[in-house]
Amino acid sequence: MSRFFRAPRTGVIAAVLGLLLMAFGIYRGEMSVVLEKAINICMECIGIG
Amino acid sequence: MDKEKKTNEWKRHGIQALWALLTNSYFMGFVHGKIYKGKLKNLCVPGLNCYSCPGAVGACPIGALQAVIGSWNFKFAFYVAGFLMFTGALIGRFVCGFLCPFGLVQDLLHKIPFPKKIKTFWGDKALRKLKYVILAVFVILLPMFLVDVLGQGAPYFCKLICPAGTLEGGIPLVLLNQSMRSAIGWLYAWKNVLLAVTIFLSVVIYRPFCKYICPLGAIYSVFNPISVFRYRVDQEKCIGCGVCADVCKMQADPVKNANDLECIRCGACKKACPVHAIESCGLRKWRR
Repeated sequence: MSRFFRAPRTGVIAAVLGLLLMAFGIYRGEMSVVLEKAINICMECIGIG
Repeated sequence: MDKEKKTNEWKRHGIQALWALLTNSYFMGFVHGKIYKGKLKNLCVPGLNCYSCPGAVGACPIGALQAVIGSWNFKFAFYVAGFLMFTGALIGRFVCGFLCPFGLVQDLLHKIPFPKKIKTFWGDKALRKLKYVILAVFVILLPMFLVDVLGQGAPYFCKLICPAGTLEGGIPLVLLNQSMRSAIGWLYAWKNVLLAVTIFLSVVIYRPFCKYICPLGAIYSVFNPISVFRYRVDQEKCIGCGVCADVCKMQADPVKNANDLECIRCGACKKACPVHAIESCGLRKWRR
């Protein structure tokens, strides 16, 4: 088991899973929330809001 | 040897600076005190880079994570979590060592001479766990559950803790923008105090923010043991001299664990090894 976790195969599987999650998030429309937050000055982030 | 090591570290700083410049290349923002509003901000950058920095052309993954978790209609951020998983699974904390602008700031600050630099201290190891608590509480739980009447949570990590936001966004915008200047209050003062403390500690301790606070480093660290790009120690070559552990500024011991959660893949151990027993492996080397 520990040998499996040391193999780069786990990394590749996790990377593919990451891509699938990203695709699902984009499909759900999460990207628009990110864009909306990122193109407006985040008052909390800069310590004003 | 010493000179060679220094030269090599500046090479890494060159890559860090180039990346920071590339991801903060909206120079007009610094002139007009405004931020970039283009479509590129749909995409996250891998490092901690405030999207309210006037030059930022991408979204900070920690800010984006809180924005989606705290939104009224989404309570889990598949897009950002997937991005972090993808990046972490490929390169782990290489991001911290090479692709994080705030990491570069701390690296440079640590070069400032100080009478007594602190390498480690009592409780150092336990304090490294704090970044996981900050990730769980301020990045996930509070934005998810501490919500307003509309069901929206604030980005609590950005609001109460993140000194990168103050340095990259707060200070330039307040300096360049009259309306921002008139709006500052106790929160701005608090965040500047945190930034000042971080700056001072960075001179004394190597990368204190990365070691103890950064939730992004906490996420990537989990992927260090499984990432495709990783370090490997050739036990047949290793003479057990301990030089690698000695030069590691993150206090990892590559011989015990070449892919320690704290390793930021800066490569100092590789360069210092007198018998070249430490190597980095990507997909190609693993296939051999």
